[in-house]
Amino acid sequence: MADQQAVLETRSLTIQFGGHVAVDEVSCAFQAGTLTTIIGPNGAGKTTWFNLISGQLTPSSGQVLLAGEDISNLSTEARTDKGLGRAFQLTNLFPNLSALENVRLAVASSYRIGHIFWQRASLRRDIEDRARHYLDFVRLGHRADTPVSYLPHGDQRKLEVALLMALEPHVFMFDEPTAGMSVDEVPVILDLIANLKKQDDKLILLVEHKMDVVRSLSDRIVVLHHGQLVADGEPAEIIASPVVQEAYLGTSAGAPTEEASA
Amino acid sequence: MLQSILSGDLPRSRVLSVALIAILIALALGPFLFPGTRAFATLGMICVFIIVVAAYDLMLGYTHIVSFAHTMFFGIGAYGVALGIGHFGSGFGAIFIGILGALLLSAALALLLGLLSLRVKAIFFALVTLAVAFAFLSVVTQMYHITGGEDGLRVRVPRELGPAFRPLDSVTGFDLFGFLGVLFTQPWNLVDGFRDAFFTVRFTGRTLMYYALFLFAGVIFLFLLRLVNSPFGRVLQAIRENEFRAQALGYRTVFYRTAVVILSALLTTFAGALFALFNRYVNPENTLNFELMIFILLMCVLGGMGTLYGAIIGAVVFVVAQNYLQDVLGALSEAVNVGGFVGSLIEPSHWLLWFGLLFVASVYFFPSGIVGQLRIWARRREMRQTVAEHQTESSAKERLT
Repeated sequence: MADQQAVLETRSLTIQFGGHVAVDEVSCAFQAGTLTTIIGPNGAGKTTWFNLISGQLTPSSGQVLLAGEDISNLSTEARTDKGLGRAFQLTNLFPNLSALENVRLAVASSYRIGHIFWQRASLRRDIEDRARHYLDFVRLGHRADTPVSYLPHGDQRKLEVALLMALEPHVFMFDEPTAGMSVDEVPVILDLIANLKKQDDKLILLVEHKMDVVRSLSDRIVVLHHGQLVADGEPAEIIASPVVQEAYLGTSAGAPTEEASA
Repeated sequence: MLQSILSGDLPRSRVLSVALIAILIALALGPFLFPGTRAFATLGMICVFIIVVAAYDLMLGYTHIVSFAHTMFFGIGAYGVALGIGHFGSGFGAIFIGILGALLLSAALALLLGLLSLRVKAIFFALVTLAVAFAFLSVVTQMYHITGGEDGLRVRVPRELGPAFRPLDSVTGFDLFGFLGVLFTQPWNLVDGFRDAFFTVRFTGRTLMYYALFLFAGVIFLFLLRLVNSPFGRVLQAIRENEFRAQALGYRTVFYRTAVVILSALLTTFAGALFALFNRYVNPENTLNFELMIFILLMCVLGGMGTLYGAIIGAVVFVVAQNYLQDVLGALSEAVNVGGFVGSLIEPSHWLLWFGLLFVASVYFFPSGIVGQLRIWARRREMRQTVAEHQTESSAKERLT
């Protein structure tokens, strides 16, 4: 894999909040067509690392490279334009707009029509069709006209995923997409991610706690602990590794899915 | 047809539709339905404030940008026309130059405000606009030799827009409220009341100016309605709802916010220019005062933020209350005729107290404004109906099985 250029790479990426180093010299490169899961205990710096990659935070030092280009100083908007898509851990939508309107905003973003002020938004058939397509994709078609604030939590999580899909990025960053979902909703999202994986040119990064999910989906697992990258490798190897057992799963290796059931 | 004129954003409430149609008729036929100069001035101010409040709502209601510099832009437009006419004489060319200059100044100031302050958080932006507006007010008051200071400037409008110009002689109007008054209080005098209700309309250049104002208010309102329902308007709403996420979707929110501030400023400037031509007198009090800013804010909130129709309702309710609540109180205090504390409470000059109470009550009970509340009620009604239909359907099915 080393001969292939990495789609996304972080080089000695570091951020400090006061004296606390939340992400500490993390260097890691990702190839297209792979799904990497980032695991680690709460507060390990997973989401912070995501924020540094997608531009919500500016690193204290180090770089983020997208297809070899240094994007460390670009705004979030510019990074999204370059194909970096992000779904959020805490649901982060437009609460008073309908589900369809939310997805439509994501679709319309790539059409670059935001400056058009003389045409009715609803007249863009192609945008509407694609928005409905993604809404159906996460099985929310019947909720199209419901304002997001009226949707149950699980549906909001699905919509969050639909927004990311609708951006059609090269890099998908999922931050605990199944958190707070009911048991029967989880497979919907996981199928969706598994299908994405089949497209060879996409890179998927996933933060996830449910170990059974991680094991079945991932090509590779990266373990963060206290902001540092402590392990990186094949799923089987990582899960068996004593460092991981201690850092993430706790000493009792028998209860790996404890957090998932919470 | 109606769908495309209103850009697909229908009133969505039967009461609101009726109210809007009534307002449209009242404004369109106003000079022929309501005699007297006060009624005429009220009609004109409603049209001016429809533009001003709708433009303000574009910022406040649709994008959640709180600005207190709105009257500054209004004043720039008003003084622009006054100074243009003062320097170049009473011609349409002078008006044009005045408006153009005012628009350029407003655009520059709005751009500066946008670029300087939109990167800071909402409350600081509001404070910056407040400071700029106060600075502008004191500059205008100080520069006596140009602006007339506190005394302001008289606007010598072209003859065609003034009271001396009489394009039509002896037009007959029908005093609607006078007739309704007779109808309800002395129904036995109906025939006389009907005959007396006809009056001669003084159709002058000022009437023409009113219709120009009415036309501009209508066109600008429909333009804004189109704007907020366009892709651009959707992005504004996204910024209002969750700016952080709008950025994560790839929208350059600073561009949109700056564009909205400039557009709102330009429309308000234009409204100020129309006001100067209609009112024929500008001074800091009627164009730049902070009280006026509060009034604009009140109209916006009262009508319903984030609904352009709220600008119409808010402007009508407020301007009518401003002009006629005193009469109501006057009639009340005459009828009750008590002295002391209670008497002073219903003193006509204390109308703002009562308006304030009404305002507090309306915000408390209808936080989404009059239009917002009407839409909520309409929606509830609709939902009740669909539920009822479902119930009758399912009970019919039960009976079948």
